[in-house]
Amino acid sequence: MADEVPPRFRVGDRVTVRAAYPIGHVRTPHYIRGKRGVIERLCGVFAKPEELAYARSGLPKQPLYRVRFLQTDVWGDYSGQSTDVIEVEIFQHWLEAVEEAP
Amino acid sequence: MPDDRLRSHHDMGGQPAGAIERAEHDYALWEKRVDALLVLLGSKDRRLITVDELRRNIEGLGAEAYDKMSYYERWIHAITQTLIQRGVISVDELGRKIQAVQEREDHHG
Repeated sequence: MADEVPPRFRVGDRVTVRAAYPIGHVRTPHYIRGKRGVIERLCGVFAKPEELAYARSGLPKQPLYRVRFLQTDVWGDYSGQSTDVIEVEIFQHWLEAVEEAP
Repeated sequence: MPDDRLRSHHDMGGQPAGAIERAEHDYALWEKRVDALLVLLGSKDRRLITVDELRRNIEGLGAEAYDKMSYYERWIHAITQTLIQRGVISVDELGRKIQAVQEREDHHG
């Protein structure tokens, strides 16, 4: 489909959130930028909020993933269990593949 | 950690927040009207605002205004901004209407 970007990632893929800081309406929380996580699920495809915010179409639709992060990776001073996770929904254009070590 | 100098004021996840107000409270009539206004403007047969336009205009508030304004004050600010940006209403129309309402209030106040 021309108005829909195909998914690049599968469940279990390791990804890094882009450490970008544009102005405008951005749905990727600041605290998660630059962090490394794992794809938990594909939530669907949706028009880009960054474009919808300026009354444009937001097409092509972008895949949205739920990404799982270790809390200890997100917060430098996290004092809970080392296995605690936080899940954040992030659009594909904010994610980069992590090259696995050979 | 992500560069905090580049964090927008509204994007406060993980920042110190103080105590959380857990008490329920009633909404004022004007707050209910603002809520209804957004629903009607965004409905499928109108599509005069998206939630992302609402958010962008809220996020565009300066830090001081963002903190000082209440939840629905931020909404009505953002709804008004969106309608002006889209040309649904003009600044002049808005100014004249507010003036007319003010004069009515002064007469009957």
